[in-house]
This record gives sequence, structure tokens and C-alpha cells, in this order.
Amino acid sequence: MGFYVSFGTVLLLLAITAPSALLFGFAGAAAARSQVLPLSLLGKGYTAIVRGVPDIAFFLFFVIALDQAFEWVRHRVLCPDWTEPIRQGNDFIVCAQAKLPLGNAPQWIHETYGFMLAVLTFSIVFGAFAANVLYGAMRAVPRGQLETAEAYGMTERQTFWRILVPQMWVYALPGLSNLWMVLIKATPLLFLLGVEDIVYWARELGGIATPQFTDYPHGDWRMWYFLVLLIFYLAFTRVSEIALDRLMVRLSHGQATAAGEAQRKAAA
Amino acid sequence: MDDCLQTLADYGLRSIGIGERLLPRTDFTFCQQVVLIGSGMIWNVYFAILALGVGFFLATAVALGKASDTWLIRKPSEWFIFVFRGSPLFIQFFFAYFFFLSLKGPYPFFDAFTSAWLGALVVLFLNTAAYSGEIFYGALRSIPKGDLEAADAYGFSGWSKFRKITWPTMLRLAWPAYTNEAIFLFHATTLVFFTGFPALQQRGDALYYANYFADRTFNPFIPYPILAVYFILFTLAIIALFGAINRRLNRHLPNEARARMRLKPNIIR
Repeated sequence: MGFYVSFGTVLLLLAITAPSALLFGFAGAAAARSQVLPLSLLGKGYTAIVRGVPDIAFFLFFVIALDQAFEWVRHRVLCPDWTEPIRQGNDFIVCAQAKLPLGNAPQWIHETYGFMLAVLTFSIVFGAFAANVLYGAMRAVPRGQLETAEAYGMTERQTFWRILVPQMWVYALPGLSNLWMVLIKATPLLFLLGVEDIVYWARELGGIATPQFTDYPHGDWRMWYFLVLLIFYLAFTRVSEIALDRLMVRLSHGQATAAGEAQRKAAA
Repeated sequence: MDDCLQTLADYGLRSIGIGERLLPRTDFTFCQQVVLIGSGMIWNVYFAILALGVGFFLATAVALGKASDTWLIRKPSEWFIFVFRGSPLFIQFFFAYFFFLSLKGPYPFFDAFTSAWLGALVVLFLNTAAYSGEIFYGALRSIPKGDLEAADAYGFSGWSKFRKITWPTMLRLAWPAYTNEAIFLFHATTLVFFTGFPALQQRGDALYYANYFADRTFNPFIPYPILAVYFILFTLAIIALFGAINRRLNRHLPNEARARMRLKPNIIR
């Protein structure tokens, strides 16, 4: 049963992560474009920091780092009169009220908390990629469009929201669809973050860890379970490819790009 | 300082089984973390060099296969590329591991394939061949047709045309993208020990050790930045090496026509 539910977990992760990563990315790209120096440095630094380092290292890093950051903040707020240091040698100690989730919380809260941490981590890492794509897309919008807007007396904010943002999507879509494919393929990394996802169940159900007690009367089927996962992902990417191609056709409609021009000619 | 040299002697080659057997368990020093994680880099470099080196040839073959007019050659190449690019490398590792494990029973020959040094290498090799095959295929399709017509006019044909005209031009066009692929692959080597492949006697790669320290100390803020620094340094080395090759591939062109190296952010596969 858990095996089938875990497919839902993966889909849920995708459904939550994709928009929130887009949001992070949008904020990052907008910050990188900003006139204010600290803000633009922050935006550029955010995108730059993900380059050059394997992402799986980020996943492993952020889950612990975020967890400790939350607990540290709660510790500061909830237990102001705690005097002992938080880092004692190899231990990270906060007061009992600051524990996340609380020690006496039911199991499903623990699982949900782990899942939320995973979602947040995915959003941060993929937000950096999305920021990079959107930043490029914003720069690809023809300069003339923005100059025209300024000539009409629009403020900077109006130009950004009314001219730049609506037009940038067609330039961003190839990069974003690539990112979507990558996001699909990154979901098995959930397993590393301690969420009971499809990889976990494939290992559990297929395995014969304790043959004499096991409920599963078969040999080592893990290979077949992973074959199923492989096919699941292949099918998923193929469907996404087709859907994104359709979306690209729609978005190109009426745009000043080669694809838009081709559509205009075909219609005329 | 002397301590650190001693640590270097003890753990410098720990990842390939030379030196101290036991990993440090308590009182982790900064030096130990730097040395052990650096020692793990040996594996990352090993996987990256061999997979890229061998994968390059298969990639060329697959690219030519996908561009072929013969249905019987084109379809398998397309499927090969689709399967390896369309599924997560993580799942590929798992599947390959259990696949080799189940082959090991009837055929003892596959014994070596269940350990990381060979089994994971095979997966990485096939994977990079598929990704670079797609890159090369794209480059093959964008060779200026004037070049090929000129080759025909000069009487080149068959193998000599491929060797002297098609292949160098393909490489030249593909090289910036191939550099990115090399960097991706290098980063992907960190996945190996987090899939089925066991790290026998705790001989793991850089991320394996970084994770070991982070687990023991509950402090991710030291090992992961060390790992990041190592990876950034090696990535810069890859960029330098591939940049030099790029300059050589483009040496006959005027300066402004040369393909620029554009680095993209790394993305998981």
C-alpha cells in the first residue's frame, strides 16, 4: 500500500515544489536586476552559489542546516533563560520546547515535517536554477519594448509588471521546461532526505531482509521494482515533453520570435 | 602542523584502502575532515575520467547512429538516448546494482559488477554516452552544409571525409556543450555511494565522507563547505582543460568566429 501512496508523495512534491521554486526564482531574478546594489548582489550570489557544487551535496546540507536553523530560532524565542551553549562538542542541543517537531508529537507530524523540509530544500535549490533562467529571459525581452514603455511615461515598476513580465515567459519556457524535466528526475533524491518515497518502498518491498518473518513470499524482486520506477519516470518525462511542446506553441502565439512569425505566416 | 602531516599520511589514501583502517570516531579535527574528504575525491576523479574517456567514443557512435538513414541503426540509438536521458540517474544506479546482483548468482563473472568501481562506472559510462551522444547529434546536424559540399568537391569520401571534415567540425561545434556535460558528470559521480553500491570498508567518495562527518558531528557547516571548495577547484580544472582543447579545435578560425565557452549552472540528471 505504501508503495502506491509514495507515487502520490512524488506527485505532491512536484506540485508544491514547481510553483514555489518558480517563486524563489522570480524573486532571485528580480533581485539580480535591481538597481540597489546589496539586493542585486544577493540575487546574483544566490544563483551563483549553486554553480560548481554538486546539488546532492546541497540537499544533504540544507536539510540539516534548515532544521537546525528553525530549532535555533525557536530556542532563542522560547527559552531565553537557557545559558548552556547550543553546540556542545558533537551535539546540537536546544531546550525541549524548541524541538521541532515536539518530542511528544504523533508520527504523522514527524513525517509531514520531514516532507516540508524536503520541499523547502528542493524549492531553494531549484529556485536558484529558475532564477538563472528567468534572469536570462528578462534580458532577452527586446530592449525596444522597454524603451517604448518608458517613452509612454510608465514608471519602472509599471514597465516591469506590464511589459517585461508578460513577455519574458516565451523566452523562459525552453529553460523552464528543461528545469521541469530535471525536477522530475531529481525526485528520487527524496529518499536521501529521509522521506519514505518510491525508492524506499521499492527497496523495502523487493528485499528479503528477514526472509523467515517477511510477508512477501518471493525472492529478491528489487530489480523489478526499480524497473517499474524506471518505466514510470520514462513515461512521465515523455508525457511532460509532449505537454510542454503544446504549451510552447500557445505561448509563441503573437510573439516577436521566429516561432511566432512562423505561426503568423501559416495562418495568413 | 605535524599532527596534520601525520593525518595526511594516515588518511590521505584511505578511500582506496591504504593507511589507517579505522575512521576517526571522536574529536574530529578540521585537518582530518579536509584530508579524508580530499581522499574521497580520488573516486570522483576516477569515475569522471574513465566514464568520460570511454563514453566519448560510444557517444560519437550513438550520435552517428541517431543521424543514420538506416531505420535499424537509428531506432536503437534513439531509444538508448531516450532511456538514459529520460530517467533519473539515481534510479539507473539502483536498477543496475540489483540487476548485477541478480546476475551474480548464476554467473559469478558479474561479481565485480556489484562493486562500485566497475558497476557504477558502467552506469556512468552509458549515461554520459547518452547525454553526450545527444549533444554530438545536435552538432552533427548543424555542420554547415558548405563544409560538406566543399569536402565532396575536393574528393573526400567515406572514412577520410568523416575523419578530416565531419568529426572535427562536429567536435568544434559541440565542445562548449560537452564541457558542461563533463562538469555535470563530474558532479553526478557523488551519487554513486548513495545508491545501492556499498562502500566496502568505508572506502567512499568525497560526499560519502562529508556525509559521515556531518552525521557524526551534527554540524553540516564544516564538511559540506570543504566539499564545495574541492568541487569548485576541480570544476575550474575541468574548465581550464576543456578550454585549452576548445582553443585547439578552433585554432584555424578567425578570432570572432570562434565558439565561446558558455558555462551553464549545473543541474542534476
